[in-house]
Amino acid sequence: MNAVDGREAITRAHHEEWARVVASLTRRFGDLDIAEEAAAEAFATAVERWPADGVPPNPGAWLTTTANRKAIDRIRRENKRGDRQQEAQLLYDDDPPEPLGVIDDERLRLIFTCCHPALAMETRVALTLRMVAGLTVPEIARAFLVQEAAMGQRITRAKAKIKAARIPYRVPTAEDLPARVSGVLAVLFLVFNEGYLATGPDTDPVRHDLTAEAIRLTRLIRALVPDDGEVAGLLALMLLTEARRTARVSASGELVTLGEQDRGTWDTALIAEGHRLVRQRLAARVAPGRYQILAAINAVHTSARDVRDTDWSQVVALYDQLAHLDPSPIIALNRAIAVAELDGPEVALAAVDRLEHRLADYHAYHAARADLLRRLGRSQESRAAYDKAIELAGNTAETAYLTRRRDQLG
Amino acid sequence: MQYMVSVIDDTAGLATPDEEAAIDVFNDRLQAEGHWVFAGGLAAPSSATVIDNRGEEALLTDGPFLESKEYLAGFWVIEAADLDVALKLATQGSKACHRKVEVRPFL
Repeated sequence: MNAVDGREAITRAHHEEWARVVASLTRRFGDLDIAEEAAAEAFATAVERWPADGVPPNPGAWLTTTANRKAIDRIRRENKRGDRQQEAQLLYDDDPPEPLGVIDDERLRLIFTCCHPALAMETRVALTLRMVAGLTVPEIARAFLVQEAAMGQRITRAKAKIKAARIPYRVPTAEDLPARVSGVLAVLFLVFNEGYLATGPDTDPVRHDLTAEAIRLTRLIRALVPDDGEVAGLLALMLLTEARRTARVSASGELVTLGEQDRGTWDTALIAEGHRLVRQRLAARVAPGRYQILAAINAVHTSARDVRDTDWSQVVALYDQLAHLDPSPIIALNRAIAVAELDGPEVALAAVDRLEHRLADYHAYHAARADLLRRLGRSQESRAAYDKAIELAGNTAETAYLTRRRDQLG
Repeated sequence: MQYMVSVIDDTAGLATPDEEAAIDVFNDRLQAEGHWVFAGGLAAPSSATVIDNRGEEALLTDGPFLESKEYLAGFWVIEAADLDVALKLATQGSKACHRKVEVRPFL
């Protein structure tokens, strides 16, 4: 056993076991704060011991047992007066955790608690990343461009609210499930997007840990509600997006747009799974929600071997359908970008310009304008639009791409 | 576990007869299902008096402690197993009294 193997085992265990350890402790002690702290201490102990002593045969059970002991020690320290009844409940439980069923109930409970509608959206995202995905507070703070102390406070406040207001720790009842699942999907979509287009000057342009975690959790939700079309849609959307991940950033760290990507490097297995899900949803003949439509748009793109083979009329038709459900200016912007391929940049630019009052602070609006103006040969206006887009963009690869485009203008 | 469901109002008017009737139906349900602890409507904020007896002499001030557009018009104290149950009841309460409500747990 060498130190490198020990560290690798810890990284793997953290990825696979963190949420389960937090979840099982939360259930036992009814307190997220104790669960989180004890889980963190157990992993710290593993970092100390595994490289020297070797990795235990069942790392998950070892971590759960160690975390349980840490939690009990903390509760005992805090209750020095020794309430006998409480003390009696705090027997060390060294039995290995129960084997997993088809559905990973422990982690689902944790997800539904972290994504409770009584918490603010940004809090739900932060809490899910900390408790379920096991990201550290500094990592989450960096991902959302928030000061570390402020992020720590947000998570602490959320844990205190969950405890004081008694937000239940369980999977919602069948009656509440559809609404609650849709709230969870919104959180997972945000986590995925942050991973896919990470903001922050010092972060990698694509954070595979976040996209992978979002996909993993969406699969978990899908196991709970296999017939929910939007869950399938979101999973398909994530898979079809993730499939293009490696093609999306060049060797020099520059964003590569969909049209310029080397389609040979796309992950065919992920694309096949995504297409299968989209076909299943089409066969269900139920009016699709927004994730299913977004997945269908991505299915059209990933069906074209060459960007010139893209069925743009299909893409525009799907955006029309989406705009009907969600008349947001961002959807209108994306529709206009597809219209450029179908009806030319002039028509598209007119549509984009109509969105100015609503999207003036959105980098993608200026990037889209810059590209259309460039194609129309209006270099000076294009340059100004690139400047604005660069100023507003938060992703390092995107900034690099926009800068090169601007500097290539004649 | 007990929760305070505060009724937040920003209009001068009292509950209409229709609202009164809906509140009665809701109250009956709270009682029948064992959630009822206490409830009451409050007179206008302008009828409030603030007392500060932290110093040598009690100081009386006419009017509410906080001047704001929105004010506490009434409240329920309910018994509920957890926040999900409390939120569901409060959602029905908001519909019954036709006003915004705030749910806050007791310590």
